Amino acid sequence: MGGPMARFAARRLVSMLFVLFAVSVLVFLIFNVLPSGDPAVRMAGKVPTETQVEAIREEWGFDEPLYVQYATMMKKIFTGDLVSYFTRLNVDEEIWKGLPRTLSLAIGAAIIWMAFAVALGLYSALRAGRFSDRLLTVLALIGISMPVFWVGALLSYYLGYKAGIFPNGGYVEFFDSPTQWLWHLILPWFALAILFIGFYSRVLRADILETMDEDYVRTARAKGLSERRVLLSHVLRNSLIPVVTLWGLDFGAVIGGGAILTETVFNLQGVGQYAADAIGQLDLPPIMAVTMFGAFFIVLLNAAVDIAYAALDPKIRLEGGERR
Amino acid sequence: MSAAPILEVSDLAVAFRTEEGVLQAVDDVGFDLRAGEFLAIVGESGSGKSVTALTLLGLTRGPNATISGTARFVGIDLASAGDDELRRLRGDRIAMVFQDPMSSLNPVHRVGDQIAEQIRAHTDASKEAAHERAVELLGSVGILNPAGRSRAFPHELSGGMRQRAMIAMALSLEPEILIADEPTTALDVTIQAQILDLLQELNERRGLSVVLITHDLGVVAEIADRVLVMYGGRVVEQGTLDEIFYDPQHPYTWGLLGSLTRLDRPRPKRLAQIPGSPPSLVAPPAGCHFRPRCPHAFGRCGEVPGLEPRAGAAGHLDRCWLTPEEKADKRQAGDRIAPTGSS
Repeated sequence: MGGPMARFAARRLVSMLFVLFAVSVLVFLIFNVLPSGDPAVRMAGKVPTETQVEAIREEWGFDEPLYVQYATMMKKIFTGDLVSYFTRLNVDEEIWKGLPRTLSLAIGAAIIWMAFAVALGLYSALRAGRFSDRLLTVLALIGISMPVFWVGALLSYYLGYKAGIFPNGGYVEFFDSPTQWLWHLILPWFALAILFIGFYSRVLRADILETMDEDYVRTARAKGLSERRVLLSHVLRNSLIPVVTLWGLDFGAVIGGGAILTETVFNLQGVGQYAADAIGQLDLPPIMAVTMFGAFFIVLLNAAVDIAYAALDPKIRLEGGERR
Repeated sequence: MSAAPILEVSDLAVAFRTEEGVLQAVDDVGFDLRAGEFLAIVGESGSGKSVTALTLLGLTRGPNATISGTARFVGIDLASAGDDELRRLRGDRIAMVFQDPMSSLNPVHRVGDQIAEQIRAHTDASKEAAHERAVELLGSVGILNPAGRSRAFPHELSGGMRQRAMIAMALSLEPEILIADEPTTALDVTIQAQILDLLQELNERRGLSVVLITHDLGVVAEIADRVLVMYGGRVVEQGTLDEIFYDPQHPYTWGLLGSLTRLDRPRPKRLAQIPGSPPSLVAPPAGCHFRPRCPHAFGRCGEVPGLEPRAGAAGHLDRCWLTPEEKADKRQAGDRIAPTGSS
């Protein structure tokens, strides 16, 4: 296992570096061709004089060629010296501050959406064609169609502000008060999870129905296994393979930017909200850093999914990556 | 062959509701299986042979299926037994082997685990004991290095080995009846012979009662004690192997025998075939289901003939209105396969 595993890790590391490089160059270039993108002008205040702007340009290195500016910025990201153009706060420190909030949101939501999707998908498949299945189909479609910012706002307004059951946004550190942490996160978790619950339960339902027609499920029944064992060990075990893959990819995508809306609606002050604020101000350093951060998680989770896939499906080997 | 029957099937009928209408897959099927007997059920696709077998295990039950008749096995009626009672019999006292050993084994579980799972479903054997037994079983069906193979996944084994593993699994609780549904159809010819030999050995050495389902009369020629020929959901002829091969009574059986290619005859220009195609079981022809394809059909064939001993021997039954004399004449006239001395 050491051999293929090490080669796999090495290959993934190389491709991760390449992705991070490509993403950072793209973001940097896009920012520099934006109209009214000149940071010196905006940093100089409301009615800037030409000399002020010039001074800022020189001080921040905006007069250097683009590749020098790019190299300087990348160096600063990795040495932890990068500061925001406008708040002058250290970018890496801000991301570290937001990370536990974003991870709390993403991990909790991912567990919730997977648990609900498995339960509803299984129930729906077992009741296929009946009223409860059709009702769940409609609910899933509604769930998929509702935008997070709208659901989030509704939940926050009615259950938070109006009914006062849940706090109206904000975040409490887990180590300060685990119960308050949980209490503050319940609404954001569900707001973020609803879309995925709807989508995943549909995918799983279809896959379960397909798997139930497999010959090996008939064999499992012919062996005299209990119906519960047939469902869990033979049907669900196979149907979960594509869903778990999807899960890993979506989890990476949520950390890498998918949580922006939810964090903003519930004022969680995580990495996503930090990114949203930076984009609003066209503040390049945090945008660059957060983009790299997101791309890193997406590539990391992709690798994790491949490893999980090889563990779940014995026909997959990490080396080749394809079916034999 | 005079042992008491361990399985008595009578008036078994299975119908499925489909989008096109009610499909009568099995209609008035009856037969006995004696202890230690090797019974072959022969017919083409859609003849109802597989549905008959699956129904005995309760595997055709569902909201769209209607099952009637009886199938008595050690005092239990398999057709009407409760789901739980049937589940306890399945895999324990009646086991089944399926056609395609690749798709019939679960791709994500190790072969040994799949066998051990069955053992543990019916006994309170420990995990270790069940695995030891699985390895023993794999060895007993002729798999080399059974301990290593038990840790393999199905895709790591060859087709023949997978089918041996399926048979090992079916034998894991020493069932009284083994039903093999086209067990060799998906395999290479040389492997087919090995699997059939294995089934025959189990039948002869251990006294296992075997029901072999096949579309290929050639497969049963060597090993079956008795043969049931099915067509359009009904048994059209049943008798001993010799009766079916040397004194076939039903025109459909003649056709099946005529379709066999034989090495002891000059090679025909074209392979013989039965003209026409099997009947739709949603809207079957009235009377004898073989009537539209039968060159000897006459007025009376609009009524369903009963399954009766017309040829003289008590156990040799057929569903054809022709008299034995007419059959002999017509068969002589169009015969392509006069009996030879071989068995």
